[in-house]
Amino acid sequence: MPPGILTLAADKATLSPANTGFMLICSALVMVMTPGLAFFYGGMVRVKSVLNMLMMSFISLGIVTILWVLYGFGLAFGTDKGGFIGWDGHFAGLSGIGLTELWGATTIPVYVFAVFQLMFAIITPALISGALADRVKFTAWALFIALWVTLVYFPVAHWVWGEGGWLFELQVIDFAGGTAVHINAGAAALGVLLVVGKRIGFKKDPMRPHSLPLVMLGAGLLWFGWFGFNAGSWLGNDDGIGAVAFVNTQVATAAAMLGWLAYEKLRHGSFTTLGAASGAVAGLVAITPACGAVSPLGAIAVGAIAGVLCAMAVNLKYKFGYDDSLDVIGVHLVGGVAGSLLVGLFATGGVQSKAKGLFYGGGFDQLGRQAVGVVCVLLYSLVVSYVLAKVIDLVMGFRVGEDEEVAGIDQAAHAETAYDFTGAGGGSIGRKGPALGEALTKKVDA
Amino acid sequence: MKLITAVIKPHRLDEVKDALQAFGVHGLTITEASGYGRQRGHTEVYRGAEYTVDLVPKIRIEVLVEDADAEELTDVIVKAARTGKIGDGKVWSIPVDDAVRVRTGERGPDAL
Repeated sequence: MPPGILTLAADKATLSPANTGFMLICSALVMVMTPGLAFFYGGMVRVKSVLNMLMMSFISLGIVTILWVLYGFGLAFGTDKGGFIGWDGHFAGLSGIGLTELWGATTIPVYVFAVFQLMFAIITPALISGALADRVKFTAWALFIALWVTLVYFPVAHWVWGEGGWLFELQVIDFAGGTAVHINAGAAALGVLLVVGKRIGFKKDPMRPHSLPLVMLGAGLLWFGWFGFNAGSWLGNDDGIGAVAFVNTQVATAAAMLGWLAYEKLRHGSFTTLGAASGAVAGLVAITPACGAVSPLGAIAVGAIAGVLCAMAVNLKYKFGYDDSLDVIGVHLVGGVAGSLLVGLFATGGVQSKAKGLFYGGGFDQLGRQAVGVVCVLLYSLVVSYVLAKVIDLVMGFRVGEDEEVAGIDQAAHAETAYDFTGAGGGSIGRKGPALGEALTKKVDA
Repeated sequence: MKLITAVIKPHRLDEVKDALQAFGVHGLTITEASGYGRQRGHTEVYRGAEYTVDLVPKIRIEVLVEDADAEELTDVIVKAARTGKIGDGKVWSIPVDDAVRVRTGERGPDAL
């Protein structure tokens, strides 16, 4: 929700069927990112906790949807109260909204805008879960999501995108969520990590990904859904800016994947599958705030820089000894910070906003604004997430027991396992299966 | 009688099987196995973290033979399984007290 969108339509807007349809499709695309993320993360953990990893994302689809309808949309996008939060009585329960009531000066209904934004609110807490793989109580996590979106995501979304929000008024550019989504989630991951601590065996036991094909599938779904995330964030495409965002998304992601792969080939000797998937995600993260402000060539630069930077950043956890299991900080926080700041360098001034970056003759103005956005969201999310996690830890305990963690959280938390290995290698030995064979024979005889 | 056990690289299985057949061995048992020898396994690097994968896939072949054939057959297997590269495997033999053909009840060398 780009600054200045309200000034674009001078005449009273009318509902555009094309933009409405486009935005409903974009909303569905953003929805698919959450299951995509679940598989991206799920493939990276060990066999014994893959279901829990999937569920930590999926549960967000349940919890956040309900809270969004009840009060989330009102808090994030209701009438501004002092720049820090919004509220609008007729948004509560999404019940006082007219079918053809338009969102601000746009050409899409409020309902469409609300559901599009809902998908952002769902995936953001799900992103945090990657830092907490294998070791947190599912109930504690569910409670954390509910509290976190209420106290962190809804307000921050208002700051950045809500009319009257203080970062919005400061004209910080965050096209589709570099600060509100990725820095926000990455900083939260760090905050919770400081409370939850490392996995048993971190740095000692091998914890390599159990299914790289799942990781690739998840990354592919994320990439696909991200077109809705970015191209949809202009809320219509009457002036072609949504299309620029789409192109930049593709270009930056490609460049970031190549950047990450080149870095790891030089550093470790091979092009890994996980590197390709991670590089793509890093590029998607970095271009998210920038895709409406830069040119396709600028997008190549943003992607390539973010790809290499994130590939370097994921090693930090070994250096500093915090167990950011699936690199939420290394990819989302670092990628989000990189993308948000690079807007201040590469913004052309000819697209989403008139603001020019340093390399386009705009001086340090926009870079300074971007830095304020980055630092404020980072600190707010870090501190509030830490306090929330601490309170949950004191009240109910955030971690599972040691024995449950070692045996695998899937069985303990969900009474299921992802894969059945008992019949591996061609069927059960010494056990008579159900009488399927007999039944078939009888049928043939008859 | 001797039980000859060979742990070899999976892709040499066909050569070893053919060589055993040419030698006149009537039966053998094959198991998919995994393990490592002196060279250990290999390493993989994911997102900067290095993981050692010790267990390498192997094929384990077991053949029962008469004492007189044991040494020559060992050589036959070694020749067929060798690639000259690291991880070619190992062959050993141990004495066997008795063997029974389940279908007929024949014992000792008759059961082979």
